[in-house]
Amino acid sequence: MDRRQFTIATGAGALAAVSRFGIGRAQTRKLRVGLLLPRSGYLGLIGQSCQKGADLAPGVIKELLGVDIELLNADFESNVDTARTRAERLIGEGANVLVGPFDSGAASAIAQVAEQRQMPFIINIAAAPQITEQGYKFVFRNFQTAGDIVRNGLDLIGDLFAATGAAPRTAVYMHVNDTFGQGMTKAIQAMLPARTKLPFKIVDDIAYDPAAKDLSVEVAKAKATGADFLLLVCRLNDAIILRREMVKQRWNPMGIISPGSPGMYEEQYFKTLGKLASHAISNVPWYNPKAKLTKLVEKAFLKRYPKDQLVFNGLNVGFTFEAILVAADAFKRARSTDPEGLAEAIRLTNITEKMTLGGPIKFNAKGQVEGIGSASLQNLDGMPRVVLPSSAAEAKPVFPAPYYKT
Amino acid sequence: MSADLIANVVIAGVLTGLVYGLMALGLSVIFGVVRVVNFAHGEMMTVAMYAATVLFAGLGLGLDPFLAIIPVGAAFFVFGYALQWVVINPFVTRPEHAQFMLLVAVAIILVNALLAIFGPDARGVQTDYQLDSLAMGGILIDKTRLYAAGVALATALGLLVFFKKTRVGTAIRACADNHLGALIVGLHVRRLYALTFGIGAVCVAVAGCAMVALVDVTPSAGPAFTLLAFVIVIVGGLGSMAGALLGGVLIGVSEALAGLLVAPSAKSMFSFGLLIVVLLLRPRGLLGRKT
Repeated sequence: MDRRQFTIATGAGALAAVSRFGIGRAQTRKLRVGLLLPRSGYLGLIGQSCQKGADLAPGVIKELLGVDIELLNADFESNVDTARTRAERLIGEGANVLVGPFDSGAASAIAQVAEQRQMPFIINIAAAPQITEQGYKFVFRNFQTAGDIVRNGLDLIGDLFAATGAAPRTAVYMHVNDTFGQGMTKAIQAMLPARTKLPFKIVDDIAYDPAAKDLSVEVAKAKATGADFLLLVCRLNDAIILRREMVKQRWNPMGIISPGSPGMYEEQYFKTLGKLASHAISNVPWYNPKAKLTKLVEKAFLKRYPKDQLVFNGLNVGFTFEAILVAADAFKRARSTDPEGLAEAIRLTNITEKMTLGGPIKFNAKGQVEGIGSASLQNLDGMPRVVLPSSAAEAKPVFPAPYYKT
Repeated sequence: MSADLIANVVIAGVLTGLVYGLMALGLSVIFGVVRVVNFAHGEMMTVAMYAATVLFAGLGLGLDPFLAIIPVGAAFFVFGYALQWVVINPFVTRPEHAQFMLLVAVAIILVNALLAIFGPDARGVQTDYQLDSLAMGGILIDKTRLYAAGVALATALGLLVFFKKTRVGTAIRACADNHLGALIVGLHVRRLYALTFGIGAVCVAVAGCAMVALVDVTPSAGPAFTLLAFVIVIVGGLGSMAGALLGGVLIGVSEALAGLLVAPSAKSMFSFGLLIVVLLLRPRGLLGRKT
């Protein structure tokens, strides 16, 4: 063996050794985040809103933590099967961590892939409780479960009635029939009877397809119950269709209250419905407008989207940004993109400077963050405004709505 | 359950069903004559819906979707005629799977073109009367749905007159009844096929303009419309215009009643159940002719 052959053989051996023990990967300076969102299909508008939070994350996080992030974007077209295949593809393309997907059905599918491939998966928004009840080791969620959302949402309804002096006796419950809607329904059925401070009973339960293009029968059925108000678990498009149908059918209950679902605080809801969007109430996990991190994110948001407002994207941007922040923070501590190391670092997360309401981001043994706060938002003056809890309120709640006719 | 509620739901079902029937009419006309199943039907309708939104808001014209039927219908006639003449005609005598692949390819191209031009956002038109309803005692009738149903009936009537009372219509029916005989007596079958496809495309355009007054449109809406149109024409009888309208009304009413009496989220289950019953008991459809 001459000197040249010896050098080549030694180099090849060293490369093989580095590769074998994952040293090259451990020294990676950039975190590749595989982002799964429904940017088209019936969840498309909300997916695009989440995307805004992801797009500004690399810049803000670089400033905060000095970590470089590369986003690998995938649109799963509001389709659970597509979410599964896109997750596989992102892993194949070299993602170090998966983030997304805004939808519980898709989150369940991606979680299975992540667990099989041992790839950390941080859920930005998805509430079905079972996702973090499977004993998964690589799945983490910084969002309320349906149970938490409903518990907080119902408590806020009690606070709303106390604040306004209203005492509706009946509600008709309408909800989407997807994974999220079913999770919420189970939680409501379990928790409502125990909440004796709430003066109303549910007189009918009407499930509908979130992709429905016509909700005339559903609204006719709800109107016929004569319920005092509409308790609604919805998405965006169906919330718009439903509100229009209420006007067509001249149904004017005391109000529409969501115990914790998207739709009625989204920008598109206001754009499409104009004045009809007014006075709807959504009790949801929300961001803290006074937090330092919110100011930073809002500045980056307005720089990137000067014609937009954070308030219309608050939940989507806040939780998507925080999911990527969790990944970046873990990457910084782990100094590695090795999935095991990254997952272990995520488990030890303790982020106190956060954007959303509630306590620090700390995962329990199931990979779930506890203690995330909710706010009651009411559509007033063309935008969602915090009306409860009173400590964070920007306006006073109005209930019954002015359109109410007995 | 009150009589008013049932009446409201049944009327809404009938009106929606007529719009569904209008949507399926084009599919039925084309298959009845050319014997090609248009698998791009829903996607073509989606294009018409987008065209109506552009004429309403995109160009600042504020053209009502029911008036947009005229320019969109004219454009679709040319498009349908050209599509048949240039692209589909070579496939008329080829096996069904080749026709299927061709029209699925057309559908994919249309969906992606819409995505490229308009993006994935939902679009709609917001007319002054969009939220109006007519009250008759306890019965409320959605004005827009009523207009759309009227357009459906007028279109079906117009087609009936065209096919029964005009020389061209009679010639097209002759082609449908006996292709070889039509060739022997000297009819220009290729031109009549293109004309039929153009007429079918006009039906699609009319349905799209009426539909966009009722629901928002996204580029991915096409396959659901195609599927619904297939269910309707199979229930009503493939190739039968009256069957398409009847099928539409049956599907509309069965969905509405299922939503009211059983569960709203099970609505489409009933339309597919009806499809299976018809296929088992009367495979040619309710008004379909024996082959």
